[in-house]
Order: sequence, then structure tokens, then C-alpha cells
Amino acid sequence: MRQPLPSLTGGVGGWSFKYFPHTEEDLQEMLNACGVSSVHDLFADVPEAARFKREYNLPQALSETDLRLFFEQLTHPLSTQQLICFAGAGCYDHYAPSVVQNIIERSEFLTSYTPYQAEISQGTLHYIFEYQSMIAELTGLDISNASMYDGATATAEAMMMAWGNAKKATRVLVSETLDPKVRRVVDTYAHFHGVPLQLIPAKNGALDREALDKELAEGGVAGVIVQQPNYFGIVEDYTGIAEVVHEQKGIFVINANPSDLAILKTPGEWGADVAVGEGQSLGIPMTFGGPGVGFMACTEKLIRKMPGRIVGQTLDNRGQRAFVLTLQAREQHIRRQKATSNICSNQSLMALYVTIYLSLMGKEGLREVAEMSYAGAHSLCDKLLTTGKFRLTFPGQPFFNEFCVDYDGDIDALLDEATEYGYLAGVKVGEKTLMLAVTEQRTPEEIEELCEILDKANH
Amino acid sequence: MNRTLYGNLIFELSKKGRKGYSLPQDYDRTHTTAELPEALRRKDAARLPECDELTVVRHYTNLSHNNFGVNDGFYPLGSCTMKYNPVINEEIAAMKAFAGLHPLQPAETCQGALEVYYNLQQSLAELAGLSEFTLNPCAGAHGELTGLMVIRAYHESLTPSPSPVGEGSDGSESPLSHGRGAGGEARSKVLIPDSAHGTNPASAAVCGLEVVEVKSLPDGTVDVDHLRQLLAEIGDQVAAMMMTNPNTLGIFEPRVLEITEMVHKAGGLMYYDGANLNALLGECRPGDMGFDVMHINLHKTFSTPHGGGGPGSGPVGVRKGLEKFLPTPRVKLVAPLSSPDGDTTPMFSIDWGKEAPSGAVGGASTSVGSFFGNFGVMLKAYAYILTLGHENVKMVGPLATLNANYIKERLRDDYLLPIIGLCKHEVVFDGLVDKSTGVTTMDVAKRLLDYGYHAPTIYFPLLFHESLMIEPTENESKETIDAFIDVMHKIAAEAKSDPELVKTAPHNTPIGRVDDVLAAKQPVTTFWRTLPSSSL
Repeated sequence: MRQPLPSLTGGVGGWSFKYFPHTEEDLQEMLNACGVSSVHDLFADVPEAARFKREYNLPQALSETDLRLFFEQLTHPLSTQQLICFAGAGCYDHYAPSVVQNIIERSEFLTSYTPYQAEISQGTLHYIFEYQSMIAELTGLDISNASMYDGATATAEAMMMAWGNAKKATRVLVSETLDPKVRRVVDTYAHFHGVPLQLIPAKNGALDREALDKELAEGGVAGVIVQQPNYFGIVEDYTGIAEVVHEQKGIFVINANPSDLAILKTPGEWGADVAVGEGQSLGIPMTFGGPGVGFMACTEKLIRKMPGRIVGQTLDNRGQRAFVLTLQAREQHIRRQKATSNICSNQSLMALYVTIYLSLMGKEGLREVAEMSYAGAHSLCDKLLTTGKFRLTFPGQPFFNEFCVDYDGDIDALLDEATEYGYLAGVKVGEKTLMLAVTEQRTPEEIEELCEILDKANH
Repeated sequence: MNRTLYGNLIFELSKKGRKGYSLPQDYDRTHTTAELPEALRRKDAARLPECDELTVVRHYTNLSHNNFGVNDGFYPLGSCTMKYNPVINEEIAAMKAFAGLHPLQPAETCQGALEVYYNLQQSLAELAGLSEFTLNPCAGAHGELTGLMVIRAYHESLTPSPSPVGEGSDGSESPLSHGRGAGGEARSKVLIPDSAHGTNPASAAVCGLEVVEVKSLPDGTVDVDHLRQLLAEIGDQVAAMMMTNPNTLGIFEPRVLEITEMVHKAGGLMYYDGANLNALLGECRPGDMGFDVMHINLHKTFSTPHGGGGPGSGPVGVRKGLEKFLPTPRVKLVAPLSSPDGDTTPMFSIDWGKEAPSGAVGGASTSVGSFFGNFGVMLKAYAYILTLGHENVKMVGPLATLNANYIKERLRDDYLLPIIGLCKHEVVFDGLVDKSTGVTTMDVAKRLLDYGYHAPTIYFPLLFHESLMIEPTENESKETIDAFIDVMHKIAAEAKSDPELVKTAPHNTPIGRVDDVLAAKQPVTTFWRTLPSSSL
């Protein structure tokens, strides 16, 4: 027997709920207007066999006080520990001015939908236009879309873009120094989309150029995907790749960390056609890995092949400059199965994080962040090598703010010990290899203390 | 919302030498990036804005005043479920302990987060009548793609693959091999009703499936005879049928049980697009209707804010037997720990799945993102479910449906109701009843903006020429809805008495109608392109 509709005034315990405004009187008037006597009559078209007749096996409603208490318990240090973060591998503990979070919470941004109605969405459209401008400038490319889910899916989209753009290609080449987590997503998409991938091996932590040249010489390459700095933190030299890829009408894709692009040669300068990556390092909290934001920029030539939303400038009928979603003929709601991608939304609010962050940090701030992170990582590296217990995994390779060291003992035990002191001492990336990242958030004292802990540990 | 345009771009407020941040200055400067070979460094500094903090704060605050959100007013955008986004959920998602959590922390140090993930997926499984969910997909369309991958992987597991096959995370054979000609190609088609949302066919195409359209009857529901005919012709090639129910017209598919049975008999799986799940909370569950795989839009049914187009979250659920095809990472419950006093504490672990073997592509388990998806969004959805509890969550569908039917009955005198009968959480009109003055759905939508409402969804679904799709959600009061109805009637009257007023709307917004053709003809998509070429 299904439960009767709780009465809203009096009835079953004077039932009412803060998100439902319907009073008993409202209900009656509305039901009358609909010509039915109960809300369940509105489901008369649901076949009996498909009806849900019991109570959901879910907890009872929590009051706001109890809800807060519940989450406070979950975040008790015994279950969720705040560690001093020396881990990276695609997610970084950067500083963000408090303005960023404050503006993000403005309900006009937070509670709006995709800006279909340009007349009442200029706020969103404006900041996306600014975001696109900033991403284009950082990557050194002409066009940016309005953002994508994350760095991994943006890379997979670039892979499909390369495949879709090629006329007679046989495969897409992927560098082994691309983050294995990203590679796995690219692999997954390629498998189902029917794109043959070819892995180009690494040599001393960097793309093996001989192996790449050999593959390119065979022809039929729709695209080449590399990462900068690569997964191991190494800044690779990609000189000359773009030219060869372009000779066979392929696309050169660089997955970049945008935070480092204040200093590093841009994908555009490397001759890349497409730049993708994860924008989390630009003012977005780590939040257990998401939401972040994927970015994608490309050359003018590829604009109509680009997936995702794009905002463009136009005029309104009063002659004012205005912004609007444009080039929608590429998208699923118009093209359906022939669209450039199935992506529908962007990661708009996360693009707003990036936009406000970059507005505050500006030209100098982003450089300062990069310098501090670089200096911190190299300082930590020096100190670790001095202990005599660690060796550089990839000697002689320039790195940015993340690096790998080899350790002869038990890395898991080492990490566990650091955890006891409140440190996340990096990410294990091989049986004997530890990868550490330093951002401007790490103080000289923390760097010093981590070194002491790792030096004293005896595993 | 302001009625005047603010209009500036942050770049136009920039002045050399200003800054809006402060960073510590005491750090070891032994190393600088000047050490990097010049060939690895960018030539010119990035032209980012240079602004003081107040300028940035005012700029974005002013921009926000040219935006309209659910908190500003009624947002009856059909198919988008613009429900209220509870404030407490934002507070919880912003808790430092969650915001500062690195996704690669040892599982012992992030049990609270794993518990949220695990319990949310369990709650969704109960609400959907399915076995297990992955929360990793970042949006509805991402969920569709993930769900179709699950379906293809299932079929591939039944068809021996000629390509190299790896091992799944649970030791079972993984279907993920590589490249064209992988197993399962026999079932390469997906059936999609012609009324479906554009992401359905687009997701199928990305997943390497061929789309076959199933016709609709004049009442907007699936033409079961056409489906039967298709299954007779190509049934052995069908991987799945994608459906949303209530469908995109807001109509419950009365023959859904028959449809799922027919497709199952042909060896295909049933995919449920959860876009319209809100209507069914409390009344029926996709799993009980025979669906095998589905996605849920947390940003629709579970109240997380749309954020101007994201971040969303598109969890994918499967019926029993399909769990092993879900992407990694997965969060698992391991044996609960017992304390001396008899209490048990659940313990959660992370299954990262299988990495690709060194030097090879393929062989890894499937993954649709680097980490766990949009965890911050999950926190809000879980807080919402806990706030509602079992006793309130069951009222969501009925109240949303009541609101929609009430609007339907009260507007059908002025707006053309193409399908008579019950609707669910949303109602579709086919423009004005009286179209003699040439006022279109677009005009009505734009005029609504003048009266302080967001427009309904327009020109979708494609089945009617003048579609106007209204979805009120369960959060809107009778007063709000009555006021909206009055305005809709007023606009219908204006369409007769002063059609030009409606055709030239909006008049009362920061900008007027925009020139879409101009925007697309010579796309200007960055600030740099707005400048005269001499200044570049």
C-alpha cells in the first residue's frame, strides 16, 4: 500500500518542508484546476507494474544543524586529513586570492544556466569572452573555446579532432610522457571512437625523438599528442616536431600546464595547432580532483572543427557591443550525430575561477607564482639529493616545479611515515620512484621539514 | 538584475604596474627560471590584465548584475530543471577539509570523501532501482557517452575480440583492446527516438555507434510498431536503445515496459537518459521499467547549481551484472572495521584499475577522467539528498508534476497545446493559439525577459515548429506560478493589441536582440581581435 500524500497543514505530523512551498490550500486549488483529486492521479499513465510502491531505503531528513554536524564528522582529521601537499601529478595546491571564491558564490553566476538568452546573460558571456582571451594569450594560439570538463577529456577531444580532420591517416601518435591517467582516457575514447593510437616511447623521461621521427617518416599520422611540462615534470624540447607533422597534414597537440605558461614557450610558439590541458592550477581548489576545468585552444584554421561552446562578439539592435554563443552549427543541438563532439555544456563556473584568478594575478603575478614554484622545487630537489638517499630519476633533464627521484627503500612506507607528520610527500610513480611537486604555497620551513622527515625515515 | 549594460572587459580596465595579489617574498631564490634554456621559454610576457583588487571585485560584481539566475526569479527553462540550489550545500562543498583534498592522498587519509562518494552512489542506486553507479562523468552528455561505453564493453565481452585484450580491474577480461575492428562490432547500432535531445545521437557517434531513428506517433510517444519493424530488420545489430521517460515532450511513455522487453529480446540493452528523472522521484524507477544503464544529471534532479553551464555531474548507473564495465577509478567498501565496543566503521578503498602496460597502448581499464569526476558537485547532491530524506524525496516528482499540469491547464486557452492529456514535470506548447499577428515563440520568450522571467526552452523539441517548453520544478509556489501565468496571458493579449511591441522585445534588458549572423560571419572570439590590427 503506498503512503498517502502527507497533509501539509495539520494532518500527518503537520508535514511541511523548507524547499516545498505548497500549502494544503494551494494543493487543493491546483488539483482542482487539473481536474484530479490527488497528485498520484497525475501518474495514471504509469503502468502499474512500473510503479514504485515502497519507501525509499534512504535516511530520514536531516535538519540543517544535523547536516552540518554530519559533514563536520566526515571531515574530522581522523577520517579526512589535511596534509601539507607535495603531490602534483595533475592536481596542484596553488594559492588563490580570497576574492575568487567570494565572487564565484554570487548567485547571479552560480544559479544561472548556459547563456542561451544573451539579453539576460551578458555577465556569463562577458567572462567567458575574457576567459577565451586569456587562454588564447597563455597558449599563444588564436582561438579558445568556452572550456571543457577537464584536462583528460580535453585531450581526448583533441585526439578525435585530429582524427576527424585527417583525410587519409592511419593513426594518432601519443607520447609515453603524457600523464598515464590522461592517456587512459585518450585510450578509452580512441577505442570506442575507432581511432588507432600508437605510443611513442620515452627515453630518460622525455619523448624518444628517434622513435617519433621513425613513425613520422612512415606517414599517415593524423596527429601527435605530447605534454609540457611532461608527466614527470620535465620541460621537453619539441623543436621541429610541428613542421614534420604539418607536412603530412597532421595536427600537433600539446597538453600544457597553463600556470607554467607565464614562463614556458607557448604551444603556439612550438607550432602546435591545438593546446589542451587542465586549468585547475589557475585558482581552483583541489577538491579531491574536481571540478577543475579543461581548456582547449587552436589555430584560426581549425575553428570550425573545435568542440564545445564558443563565445563571440557582436552588436545588439541598439548598437551596443554584446557577446553571444556563436558558431553553433558545429554543435550537437544542431548537427546531432554529425556534431564535432557530444559535449553540450562547458565548465563555465570553473572558467570564472580562472578568469578572476588571472585578472588578479595578472601579468606579473602568474610569473611570480611560476618563479616561486620553480625555485621551491629546485631547492627541495637539491636538499633531497644532499641526503644521499635519493637520486634523480632522469638526470640532466630540465624540470619546472615537479620532479622524480629514485629511492632504494620502500616508498609506500616512506609516504606513510610522512603522512604521520602531516605531509603528503608526493606520488609514487614507479616501484622505486617518487614524484614531488612544489608550489608557491610551500614555505622554506615546510621544504626543510619534509627533507628531514624523508632523510630520517628508515625504510 | 540591472537593466543597463555594464559592458567593460577586464582588459580595458588594466593599467601597467597595478597588481591584485600578494605573495610571500621570503623564499630560497637560489634557482630561477632563467636557468632554463632560452629555447624553452616564451618570448613575450603574456598580456594578462594588470588591475588592483577593488577594480577586479567591482568588475565581476558589475558583470553579475547583467546576469539572471534562479535566485533572481522564476526560471521555467524546460528540460533543464532549474530548481532551487540550497545555500547550505555551497557551505558544505566549500569546507576546507574537502576543498584542500588532493585526489592522490592515501585512502586512509580521505575516508570522509570516499564515504561521500560511496554513499551518494548507493543513494542514487536506490532511487534509480539499479545496482551501482560511477560518479566520474562530469556532465549529462559525458554520462551518456560513459553509459554507451559500458554497453559496448558489455557486447564486446560477449563477442571474442581479434585485438589484444587486457585484464579488467577485477581480474576479469577487459573489453578494452584497441583501435578499429575490436570485438562487438556486430552490435553497432543504437536506436534513438526522433524526439531525443541532440546529445543522444552525438554521444552515440562519439562512441562509434550508428544512429537509427525511431519514429514518434503524433502524440509524441514512441511508435512501437516502427520499433518492432526495426528490430525485425536489424535487431541483431542493435547495441541499445536510448530513451528518456518522460520523453522530451514531458509525456510518460505508456508502453515503456513493452519497449524494454522488445529490445531485450533482440539482445540489446536499454539506456535511460536521466534528463527528465525529476518527474519520477517518488513514483517510479528506471530500473523497475527495465532499463539497464542510465545517467543522472545531479545538476538537474539533485539541485546542484548549473553555474552558467557547468560544472555538472553525470553519474552512470547499471543493473546487476554490468558493474564490472564501469570506468575506473571506483570507490569500494571493504570489510567494516570493528572497534572493541562493537561499533563498526565502514572502510573504503580506491580501485584505480589497470594502467596501460609500459610501452603499449590499450590494455588499461576504461576511464573517463583523471580522478573521481566533479567531487565538489557530489558533495552538494549528497547534502541535498540527506536534507530531503526518504520522506521528502518522494514528493519531488508529484509536486513538480502538479506545477507543470497546473500551468498546462491554465495556459491552454492562449497557447496551443498540441498534445492533450497528462504531462509530467514539463509541458510543451506549440506557440500562441492565435498566430495571425505573426508573433512567434521567440517573441514571446523575449517579451518574458521584459517582465523579469527567464524564458522557457524554445524551438525544442523539434517535433513542433513553435515549441515553448515550460518546466516549473517543485520549488515554485502557487503565487509565483500564478504571476507567471498572468504575464503569459498578458503577452498573448499584447500579441493581438500591439504585436510590434512583442516582436521587438526585449525592451527592458541590458541589451536588445543580438546579431547572431554578424557573430558567426567574422568570428571575434578574443579581446585581441577587437583591437585595431596596428595595436597588436
